[in-house]
Amino acid sequence: MPIVLACVAGLLAVSALSLPLLRHRAATAAVYSACLAISLVLCAAAVLSIGQADSETVLPLGLPWLGAHIRLDPLAYAFLAIVNFGAASASLYAIGYGRHEAEPARVLPFYPAFLAAMNLVVIADDAYSFLFAWELMSLASWALVMARHHAAKTAYAGLVYLIMASFGTFALLFAFGLLAGAHGDYAFDAIRAHHLSPGLAGLALVLAVVGAGSKAGLVPLHVWLPLAHPAAPSHVSALMSGVMTKVAIYAFIRVTFDLMGAPAWWWSLPALLLGGATAAIGVLYALMETDLKRVLAYSTIENVGIIFIAIGLALAFKASGLPGAAALALTAALFHSLNHMLFKSTLFFGAGSVIVATGEQDMERLGGLIHRMPISSAAFLAASMAISALPPFNGFASEWLIFQSILVSPQLPRMGLKLLVPAVGVLLALAAALAAACFVRAFGATYLGRPRTTAAGEAREADRWSLAAMLTCATLCLLTGLFPGIVIDWLQPAVTVLVAGQMPPQAAIPWLSIVPISASRSSYNGFLLFAFVAVSASFAAVVVHRFASRMVRKAPFWDCGYPGLGVVAQYSATSLAQPIRRVFATVAFAAHEQAEMPPPGDLRPASLRRFLRDPVWHFMYAPVASAVGASATLLNHVQFFTIRRYLSFVFVALIVLLVVLALWG
Amino acid sequence: MSPSPLAFDIAHMFAGGLVLVSFMMLYQDRLLPLINVLSLHSLLLALSVAWQAHIQDKPDLYVTAVIALGFKSIVIPMALRRMVVRMELHREVEVAVGTGMTMLLGIGLVALSMDLMLRVTAGANALVREDVALALSVVLLGLLMMVTRRNAISQVIGFMSIENGLILGGAGARGMPLVVEISVAFSVLVAFIVIGIFLFRIRERFDTVDLQALDRFRGEHR
Repeated sequence: MPIVLACVAGLLAVSALSLPLLRHRAATAAVYSACLAISLVLCAAAVLSIGQADSETVLPLGLPWLGAHIRLDPLAYAFLAIVNFGAASASLYAIGYGRHEAEPARVLPFYPAFLAAMNLVVIADDAYSFLFAWELMSLASWALVMARHHAAKTAYAGLVYLIMASFGTFALLFAFGLLAGAHGDYAFDAIRAHHLSPGLAGLALVLAVVGAGSKAGLVPLHVWLPLAHPAAPSHVSALMSGVMTKVAIYAFIRVTFDLMGAPAWWWSLPALLLGGATAAIGVLYALMETDLKRVLAYSTIENVGIIFIAIGLALAFKASGLPGAAALALTAALFHSLNHMLFKSTLFFGAGSVIVATGEQDMERLGGLIHRMPISSAAFLAASMAISALPPFNGFASEWLIFQSILVSPQLPRMGLKLLVPAVGVLLALAAALAAACFVRAFGATYLGRPRTTAAGEAREADRWSLAAMLTCATLCLLTGLFPGIVIDWLQPAVTVLVAGQMPPQAAIPWLSIVPISASRSSYNGFLLFAFVAVSASFAAVVVHRFASRMVRKAPFWDCGYPGLGVVAQYSATSLAQPIRRVFATVAFAAHEQAEMPPPGDLRPASLRRFLRDPVWHFMYAPVASAVGASATLLNHVQFFTIRRYLSFVFVALIVLLVVLALWG
Repeated sequence: MSPSPLAFDIAHMFAGGLVLVSFMMLYQDRLLPLINVLSLHSLLLALSVAWQAHIQDKPDLYVTAVIALGFKSIVIPMALRRMVVRMELHREVEVAVGTGMTMLLGIGLVALSMDLMLRVTAGANALVREDVALALSVVLLGLLMMVTRRNAISQVIGFMSIENGLILGGAGARGMPLVVEISVAFSVLVAFIVIGIFLFRIRERFDTVDLQALDRFRGEHR
C-alpha cells in the first residue's frame, strides 16, 4: 500500500516537476524515464501482491467529512498490473518516439498526470475520489488528444471527446448517487451495505453501462473513440486504447460485481446485447477504414465488445448460481483485457513508428514497409496474429476461454438466456473472423507489396527504444499465449472475490495445458500447438527450399494491356475490403457505389465512388446535434438585446411571478 | 405591540408620499427636475425611517435615516446635477413608453403589490403590512422607470429609487441590522461611482449618454 501511494504521488510530482524543465532538451527523456521506472515498480508490486489480503486506508484529502478512501483488493491489483504494464511500455516507447514530437511541452506535463489518474481510479474506494480521478483521467487524456491541435480535425475530435466524457461522468455520478441512496454515505463500504429495489437497481445498471460504456467505447456511445484515439500522439493512443478502456471496464466490473450486490439474471442483458453489437459493428467499421490508427481504434471498440460479452456471461452465470462458469467467464474477460492491452499497445507503437518514418497514416499511401522496417513489422505481425485470435498467441487463449464459457450456457436455467447466449456467440465468432480479415488487410496494405508513395519507399526503421517496447510487448503476446495457465492462476484471487468461485488450478495440470472446467470436456495446450506449428512450418520450408527453387524471381505483372500502371495497380486496402463491404455494409452502413463512365470520345477518366453512412451518427447523434444547433441559433438573438430589453425581461418575469402569486397564492 | 392610530397615520403618510413621489418620477421628463424629485424621494425616505425609529424605539434606525438624508438626498443628487451640467447633456429624457401609458402601468403595479402584500402578510401588524406593501410598490415603480427610459442618468435614478424602496421595507419590518444597512449604502455608493465612470466613458466614446447610441454602434437600428 505505501509503495502504491508513493508511486502515484511520484507520478503527480513528475507531472508538476516537468513544468519548469519543459524548455530543457533532456526533458522528454527524463519525464518518460521517470514514468517508466515508477510504472515498473507499480506493475511489479501489483503482480506480486495480488494474493494478499485487502488493505485500506483513508487519506485526509477531498471532502472533509468523507476523506479519500483507498483500497487495494485483488481486482484492483489485477487492473493495476494491466494499467502499469501498459504505462511502462508506452513510456519506454516514448523515450524514443517522443523525440519526434513537435511540441513536447504540450504532452509532457499531462502524460504523468494521466497515468496517475488511471491508477487512482483503480485504487479509489469512495465515489468522490473515484469520480475525481475519473474526471482527471478524462481531462488529462483530453489535453493529450489536443496536443496536436494544429492538425485538421483534432479540435473537432477534442470537442466530441469532451462532450462524451462529461456525459459519461454525469451518468456515473447519478449511478453512484442511486447506489448510495438518499441519505447514503459515498464510501464504497457503505454503498455495498445499501441494497436497492429492482427498479432502482435497473436504473443504476443502465447509468453504469452508459457511464463506463461511453469511456470504454460501447456502441452506440463509441463515436468519440475513433476520433480521439488516433488524434493523440501514438504512445498516448496506445495508452487510451490499451489501458484507459480497461479502466472503464474496471469501473463496470466494480459497480456490477462488487457495489451492486447479488445480481439478477437480467443484469447480464445490457452487457451481452451491447457487447455483441459492439464486437460485430466495431470490426465492420474497422474494415471500412483506411487510416491505420483509426483501424486500430475501431478494433479497440470490437475488443471492448468481446470483453463486455464475457462480463455479461459472468453476470448471468453468477446470478444463476453457477460460480465455476462465472469464474471462467470473468477470468476470460480479465485475461482478454490484459491481452488486448499487450497487442493493441504493440499495434499502436507500430503505427506510430510508421507515421514517424513516412509521415503517412493512410494505408493507401503506404506499402512495402516490411523491407524497410523489418523488426517493427515483425512485432506488428505478431500483434496482428494475436488480435486475430490465431494460436499460439494470447488472443486465441482468451477468446477460446470465452467460447468455452458460451458452451456452458445450456446449463443456464433461463430460457431467454439459453437462446440469447448462443446468438451472441455467433456475433462473437463473426467478429473474430472479420478481425482476422481486418488485420490481414491492415498488415498487407501497410507492410507488404510495393511502396505506394516515395515517402513509404524511403522509410527508416524505428529507433532502439521504440523497437524495444514493441518487441517486449510482442514477445509477451507470444509468452502469455504459450503459457496461459500462469496468467489464469494469477487472476484467480480477483475472480474468487467477485464471483465466489474459481477455475481449476492450472499449475497442477500436466504438460502446461489449460483446462477451463474439467479435463474430460476440453483442454488447450498452447505450447504443444506452438511446437507443432514451428516444427511443421520449418519442415515445410525445408522441403520447399530443398526440392523446389530457392531463387527469388522478379517479373513484370500482367497489366491488362495498359503498360505503366505502376504501384497503384496493387491490391489496395479498399479493394481488399470490397467483398465484405458488399456483403455486410450494404445493410449496416447503407454502403453503395456509383460508377461514372464518360461517354465514348470523352477523355475524362472513369470514376468509382463509394458512399457509407454511419448509422449510429446518422440516427442518434446528428438529430441531437442539429437540435442543439437550431436552439443555439434561436438563443443567439438574446445575446444582442439592449440593456433596457434585458431589464424589461427581469421586470416582466417579476410581474408575472407576482401575478401568479396574487391569483393562486 | 400595536402602534397608536396617530403614529400609524403618520407612517402611512410618509410611505404613501414615497409612492406618490415615485409617480412624480415617472411623470417627469426633464433631467434636472428629475434629480430634484430623487432628492425629495430620499428626503421622504429619511423622514419615514426616522419616524419608524421613533415609534419602534430603535436608535440605530436614526443612523439609517441620516445616511439616507446625507448620501441620497444631498450628495448623490448634487453629484448627478454636476455631471449633467459638466457633460452638457440634453435636458430632456427620451421615453420608450408614453407617459400616460407608464402612469397607467404604475397604477396597476401599485394595485398588484397592495393586493398581494396585504394578503401575504395577513398575520403581521398593520404598520408592517402597509409599509411592506408600499415598499414593494416603490421597488416596482423604480424598475418600471428603468425599463421605460432610454437615458442612462434616468436609469441611475430609477435604480436609486429601487434602493429607497428596499430600505423602506427593511425599516418597516422591525429594521434591518445596521451592518446590512451600511453595506447596502456603500454598495449603492459604489454602484453610483461605477455608473458615473461608466457614463463618462460612454460619453467619451459616443458623445452622448443616450443608450440608443450604443445600440447604433452595435449595428442595430431600431
